[in-house]
Amino acid sequence: MTLKELWHRLGSPRWFYRIGGPLGAVLGGLALVLLTVGTVWGLAFAPPDYQQGNSFRIIYVHVPTAIVAQSAYLLMGVAGVVLLVWRMKLADMVLAATVPFGLTMTALALFTGAVWGKPTWGAWWVWDARTTSMLVLLFLYVGLFALRQAIPRAETAGRACAVLAVVGVINIPIIKYSVDWWLTLHQGATFKLTEPPSMPPEMWLPLLLNVLGIYCFFGANLVSRLRLEILERERGTQWVRDLVTGRSQREAAA
Amino acid sequence: MSGAGSVFLAQFRREALASLRSLQEAVNPLVFLFLAITLFALGVGVEAEVLGRMAPGIIWVLVLLANLLALDGLFRRDYDDGTLEQMLLLGRPPFLAVLAKVAVQWCLTGLAMTLLAPVAALLLFLPPRALGTTMLTLLVGSPALTLLGAVGAALTVGLRRGGVLLALLVLPLAVPTLIFGAGAVTLAMSGIDASAQIYWLMAISMLSLTMAPFAIQAALHISLEQS
Amino acid sequence: MSFSSLDAFFAMGGHGLYVWLSYGAAVIIFAYNVLSVRRRRQKFFRDAGDLERRRAAAVEATGESHRS
Repeated sequence: MTLKELWHRLGSPRWFYRIGGPLGAVLGGLALVLLTVGTVWGLAFAPPDYQQGNSFRIIYVHVPTAIVAQSAYLLMGVAGVVLLVWRMKLADMVLAATVPFGLTMTALALFTGAVWGKPTWGAWWVWDARTTSMLVLLFLYVGLFALRQAIPRAETAGRACAVLAVVGVINIPIIKYSVDWWLTLHQGATFKLTEPPSMPPEMWLPLLLNVLGIYCFFGANLVSRLRLEILERERGTQWVRDLVTGRSQREAAA
Repeated sequence: MSGAGSVFLAQFRREALASLRSLQEAVNPLVFLFLAITLFALGVGVEAEVLGRMAPGIIWVLVLLANLLALDGLFRRDYDDGTLEQMLLLGRPPFLAVLAKVAVQWCLTGLAMTLLAPVAALLLFLPPRALGTTMLTLLVGSPALTLLGAVGAALTVGLRRGGVLLALLVLPLAVPTLIFGAGAVTLAMSGIDASAQIYWLMAISMLSLTMAPFAIQAALHISLEQS
Repeated sequence: MSFSSLDAFFAMGGHGLYVWLSYGAAVIIFAYNVLSVRRRRQKFFRDAGDLERRRAAAVEATGESHRS
């Protein structure tokens, strides 16, 4: 299949629904394996940090969630451009499906950051550059969520969110840079959390596994949300109705 | 001057006249600015040491909020009476008409607040040597606030209760402008050169100027779709 | 294994509260993301299945009335 064919097929919800089943299962299985191995390794087998002791093990949940939350926003920016330029239905669904995932992941990253901060800095909340950027990201997600809720027509809501997501993505690097600078203005060097490159392999390998695992989880979750969106939006079409009757007949037989 | 320039000028004149006719509405955000400054003095206390140190942040945050209040009505009247639809359906590029509208809005908020900054600085005991930087940052930073805010206003114009939503959409985007604006004034207060931050503000405003009109135009089309 | 006993593993060198709080929150958020989609999907098939059954019943009823 050439790229151009793939592009056209992506415009077909029915096709995506069909391949989404096995695709989601593979990604979900990969996520389960990677996250289990990475987490068990990180929690039980990785050596404790020489400064932070065992509290550093929070890194194996904090860093992957923070990374995936930012990637999810980036994906929404891309989907926004695709939706505004080519009006592809799937891009609209990606936008709608990513917001709840990204919102919960950002919240989780902030929460774990706060919990990590308590034993490390002695305070639940510190205006550190990364936590502050994540907080702004949370507000960006909430804005997208609220905008979609406020606009009654689904198609209009999708395109309005696309504009906002694109503007937000252009802004994110500027926000990050400005927050970094702001921190140098208002406080001196803070105690840095352990950086991946300075870690020994038995510390960063589980982190790598968890990062890969969370991306697979994102993929699997996104696919399952997309398939649901497709069903709900195409509920009047013949193929969805056939699917529904087939399923209820199978249930009756069982 | 080409056709584009005359479209811009005609639209600018029309918008300026319309705002002059409802001057009260245009003045309200400025009144809000000074009212809020008074509230800060009453709430924080009037020790010159404390208030002066907080002045850069207070001025910039309040300018941001006053801008936001003004933005809520930016497209509302034109939306309600159908002018907006005409503007977008007209053969001429709506880009320029949008830009003219935003330019008038900026004159009434950003520019006006820049000119009133010395009074605000006086009330908040801002050290006099930071006054020049305050005015300069407001002058070059506020276009970004108006332009980004106009994107949010265009997205929410069709909604009955857009006010809080507008704040939620726009304020996170205004974070860099606030940081560099207030930061530059803070530096100037201690006599440090803040030109890097002023260049950043200029860059953000220029970026907004080149990109935001397209986003505003797209957002207005989307908002009109649902009515 | 970096811990000598299971108790030491749960205690996390005195940081147990923070570590387990983080991982607990992660489990909740992950489960929410999976289960909310699953629940909505089940609800969709239940509702749509009901609708199809009612439709089929209606078609049958009108078919019979035509015959009589």
